Amino acid sequence: MSLYAYLVAGWLLLAGFFGVVRSRDLVHTAVCVSVAQSGTYVLLLGIGFQRGAGAPVFAPGIPTTSPVVDPVVQAMALTDIVVSATVTALLLAIAVQIAKRHGTVDPDELHALRG
Amino acid sequence: MSRGVRTLIFLAGAAGLGMLLVLAFLRCPPFGGDWHPYRDMAVPAALAHVTPNVVSSVNFDQRGLDTLGEETILLGSVLGATVLLRPGRHETRREPQDVGRVLQVTRLGGYVMLPLALTLGLDVVIHGHLTPGGGFQGGVVLATGLHLTYVAGSYPALRRLRPVSWYEYAEALGAGTFSVLGVVGLVTSAALLANFLPLGQFQQLFSSGTVLALSVATGCEVAAGVVVLLAAFLEQTIMIDSSRERAG
Repeated sequence: MSLYAYLVAGWLLLAGFFGVVRSRDLVHTAVCVSVAQSGTYVLLLGIGFQRGAGAPVFAPGIPTTSPVVDPVVQAMALTDIVVSATVTALLLAIAVQIAKRHGTVDPDELHALRG
Repeated sequence: MSRGVRTLIFLAGAAGLGMLLVLAFLRCPPFGGDWHPYRDMAVPAALAHVTPNVVSSVNFDQRGLDTLGEETILLGSVLGATVLLRPGRHETRREPQDVGRVLQVTRLGGYVMLPLALTLGLDVVIHGHLTPGGGFQGGVVLATGLHLTYVAGSYPALRRLRPVSWYEYAEALGAGTFSVLGVVGLVTSAALLANFLPLGQFQQLFSSGTVLALSVATGCEVAAGVVVLLAAFLEQTIMIDSSRERAG
């Protein structure tokens, strides 16, 4: 069962991609990109996990020698979340512009580029 | 390309990628094991700089340059979204009316939660080096907490509480402070974003040197950035009248 967390990460990535490919709405596409990206959170936190270890925060009363999970991948997951949020914001802003200019948010109905 | 063909191409690609992923996962270190070489280096480095929250130490001390880049991504994205959401040539601004009914209990809940959410946000930012949290998390709590006034049903009240230009200055101030602290570290310690402030006592509020200062600067930037971003989206929905464009 040691592969389970990694397989969940891979499944999230592919499920997100599947949603992007089958999307009929640009807002749905942006959400699917977020789902695909969330696979990386699971992968990073899965790699950093250690059974029986605590959070990498030494509150008063916790000895600094006690085992903790990997803080480096947690910091990377934080970076990842920030990037995901900014990408989603930009994609939604672009979707608003497309809805205004083309009158549709269905990617299949967007045939030509228009200035 | 039809949807069917596109799905078939996707399935072929997904099968290949899936196989590569499984092959890679088979050679990953086993889940839950105790082999974490980065952890073994990051934890002593954080303790040497008197920072109980190792994640904050990684973000604002050990990998400070990456966080500077991350902050710049956020700044750029807020700028890009604001530019994309500006009113077009055929659009007019209209004054928002306080229409629609909000349940009294929602209104009460919003105004009760507002000070609590803002206090919690400040706490998460200021104690980012001691307890779980930090500038990014606390900044988002602050910015979304402010929008409880909108949930409580009053867009005009939110606008009075939130002169957007102030938040634009605050965002620039936060990002600028981060860069200036980095350069000061370069001048005093010959490394960009070096921890040059006094380290203090373990688990005290004023400790861990620049981690606290950078966390507060980041909290300022993130809170202001998210407020500006949400303001652009809200204005687009509530205040822009694009009926003429759709007709033409």
